[in-house]
Amino acid sequence: MSRSVSALLIGLLFGAGLAVSGMMNPAKVLGFLDIAGDWDPTLAFVMGGALIIALPATLLARRRKHPVLAETFDMPTKRSIDTPLIVGSALFGLGWGLVGFCPGPAFAALATNLWQPGLFVVAMLGGMLIFHVLRRN
Amino acid sequence: MTEFTPLSGLAGGIMIGAAAALLLLVNGRIAGISGITGGVFSNIGEERTWRLAFLIGLVLGPLAIAALTGTMPEITVSASWPLLVVAGLLVGYGTRMGSGCTSGHGVCGLARLSPRSLAATATFMVVAAATVFVMRHVIG
Repeated sequence: MSRSVSALLIGLLFGAGLAVSGMMNPAKVLGFLDIAGDWDPTLAFVMGGALIIALPATLLARRRKHPVLAETFDMPTKRSIDTPLIVGSALFGLGWGLVGFCPGPAFAALATNLWQPGLFVVAMLGGMLIFHVLRRN
Repeated sequence: MTEFTPLSGLAGGIMIGAAAALLLLVNGRIAGISGITGGVFSNIGEERTWRLAFLIGLVLGPLAIAALTGTMPEITVSASWPLLVVAGLLVGYGTRMGSGCTSGHGVCGLARLSPRSLAATATFMVVAAATVFVMRHVIG
């Protein structure tokens, strides 16, 4: 199997998980973030469920020489907690809190055919492009 | 106001975690959606193709659920179009600057017990919760 076919199937599983969990729904995400209001703790169960599987998988990856379809594990190498990490994460948190979409659920929500996820994804791609252009200069 | 749905939350979370696990063990890559999206711009050849394929899969996922269950899971977006544009720009720019989002830092990074990802996750969670507080209880 090529790495693109496996990526397509794995992406499908990820998107299905976003739909099943409720994370694709911005109202549910905002309900989780609204601790002072009528709090909906569902998102903590989504994160917990994901970590139950991802944690042992990461430990297993450490003991393997290489992944099934690639020669190396491509792991993040940066270790420092620097200004771009914190400022970038804060800007992301602001945008996430305003609408309730983060990147994965925004892509998955394109499946609903509503115009709002489409507009959000276009703006998000714009934001990424602005970052790339500014960094190059 | 949304209903607390721990079981479907847990089930969906396990599917997300399984996808992250498979992308790591099969393709050797981190399932960070913002990083994968950014990599579509900055790569060529198969490095671009697999990322595009993954993103297409993300959209196909809910369609598969709709085909299996007969209904597309309902979503509610209450934000106006200017707010969607501003938030989209912030999410796009911020996740690239901060090298990750909910999936890359929040799931994959925490699964690696990375202090960098823990700092990022704590930051975007706190800022997002503060933003919702201001929007709903101060302005709203």
